[in-house]
Amino acid sequence: MSTPAVELVGLTKSFGSVTAVDDLDLRIENGEFFSMLGPSGSGKTTVLRMIAGFEQPTAGRVLLEGDDVTARPPFARDVNTVFQDYALFPHMDVLDNVEYGLRVKKVPASQRRDRAMAALESVQLGQLARRRPTQLSGGQRQRVALARALVNRPKVLLLDEPLGALDLKLRRAMQLELKQLQREVGITFVFVTHDQEEALTMSDRIAVFSDGRIEQVATPAELYENPSTAFVAGFVGTSNLLTGEAAPAVLGREGTFSIRPEKIHLDPDVESGNTTARGTVADVVYLGSVNHYLVELDAGPTLTVLKQNLRDSTDQAMSRRGQQVTVGWAEEHVIELSGHTEQARQPEKKEKS
Amino acid sequence: MTSQPLPGGGAASPRWGVLHRRPRLRLGLLLGPPMLWLGVLYLGSLAALFITSLWTVDPFGGNIERVWNLDNYRDLFTIDVYRTITIRTLLIAVTVTVIDTLLAFPIALYMAKVASPRLQRALVIAVLTPLWASYLVKAYAWRGMFASGGPLDDLGITPGYGLVATVVTLSYLWLPYMILPMYAGLERLPNSLIEASADLGATTRTTMRRVVLPVLFPAAVAGSIFTFSLTLGDYIAVKIVGGANQMLGNVVYDSFLTGNNLPFAAAVATIPVVTMVIYLGAVRRTGALDSL
Repeated sequence: MSTPAVELVGLTKSFGSVTAVDDLDLRIENGEFFSMLGPSGSGKTTVLRMIAGFEQPTAGRVLLEGDDVTARPPFARDVNTVFQDYALFPHMDVLDNVEYGLRVKKVPASQRRDRAMAALESVQLGQLARRRPTQLSGGQRQRVALARALVNRPKVLLLDEPLGALDLKLRRAMQLELKQLQREVGITFVFVTHDQEEALTMSDRIAVFSDGRIEQVATPAELYENPSTAFVAGFVGTSNLLTGEAAPAVLGREGTFSIRPEKIHLDPDVESGNTTARGTVADVVYLGSVNHYLVELDAGPTLTVLKQNLRDSTDQAMSRRGQQVTVGWAEEHVIELSGHTEQARQPEKKEKS
Repeated sequence: MTSQPLPGGGAASPRWGVLHRRPRLRLGLLLGPPMLWLGVLYLGSLAALFITSLWTVDPFGGNIERVWNLDNYRDLFTIDVYRTITIRTLLIAVTVTVIDTLLAFPIALYMAKVASPRLQRALVIAVLTPLWASYLVKAYAWRGMFASGGPLDDLGITPGYGLVATVVTLSYLWLPYMILPMYAGLERLPNSLIEASADLGATTRTTMRRVVLPVLFPAAVAGSIFTFSLTLGDYIAVKIVGGANQMLGNVVYDSFLTGNNLPFAAAVATIPVVTMVIYLGAVRRTGALDSL
């Protein structure tokens, strides 16, 4: 295996009595778009700040391309950061902001200007070079911050929830743009976010954080199809969690299991060999292209069932409230999980749509 | 717009209706009293000061003669002692401002960026508390410090009464006026800017020079307006710890009270006013006032 771009060994960070990051090991490969996903307070930003050098780990080491940089200050590490609030220098115009890194590294003035302009062009902001940051929109500031970091050609680019302040449409557009940019420049991106959709859209691999630990590191598809813990199943996408008494009642087995709402069918075909269960539609949530049916099984637990609005009219869908229904699913879509059940009992969709 | 009384309005509502319909009248009533204060009492007295400086005093009767002339200003510029006092006063004001800036920066930096929130509050109070003590008490305290046989003399480092003592005392007196705007300026400076600078490869020194100081400049200018103008007008500290030295304020005081020459006192008092106008003009050109 080649040298990873970033390697974290036994990384721990305590703030007083609170352990923000707990004995973390992680390898981020060269050229990867790697996301650290987790709820706020899960330690993902602290890990990013330790890679950048803003926080000193309580224990453990940070390696960049095999070099131990744990003791080095931020300015002696070959990484750059895009900050959540962009952190553009208010007393400089856009071009001076982008040039800053080259200027403090004593790159000759002529080269500096050309490289900064090229970086600005690459984020389509060449025409705004002489504006002040305060005269730019949120999306434009975000691009300037990106250009300011990328112009230094760092080994690793760290992004701390850079899209958090943008509205949904712009955020979606920027997600695709970021991914494209990353492919073009080939730099390792380490992206911190609490938005699972964002992580799924852009990442090559995702680490799911909870309570200062990594629950699972996997590709987006793996993470969604095969969550290893209840926390991951609940945090990435929506999940029907069957645990405790519910598992034997519905599935006939002990353990913790997850079934995705879109894998459960209303009124399943008899011949498909599905597992079936009977229940009552407690509520129908209209979401435009799809509906969520909350089905109270006779066996006890309530399942969320997702159904696309292909043929049903809204009225038809809504009229099913209170009706008796049969739901069914294929056995292969029942995912067995381990650990951390108590946190994910109320799966919560983090997406803000 | 209707002339209906406002819901719930009593007898007063028609009058409120008038105000509601006529925004200019509303604005006039709102701004009238403070503008009157500023215009008549504040600027008016400055104008009176300037006009008085163009009159003279009858040398025999001691009455003011309302004859327009520039004699006072001619005396001010041609008589050596006044020129010396003017230059001395300006130099003291500049020195005090520089000393306060140099002292306030690390204190404000520590308060805003290093201290814990608890210590931060305690330090703000510590900086503010001396402002509650009487000016005279503080000035006499310094007189005691500089006195022969005083604490500084025991250490063998007292400069005695004179200009050095005056500068030290004035720097002490006006230091809070420099610390507070600088502290506020540094408070507003997001930590992420400092981190971004380090992240982009700047050493701590470079970050200070290229990010912290430029962003802090308007705050330092705000503080310097206080320290500079307060020093220009001061005449008590120099009387208490300055030995035989005089500043412009003393000339004003003596001309008025001892010399009974109000027009000349007014002419002398014009110097600090003009100096401040020039200073503010220079500062404005740097754009520092825009962000105050």
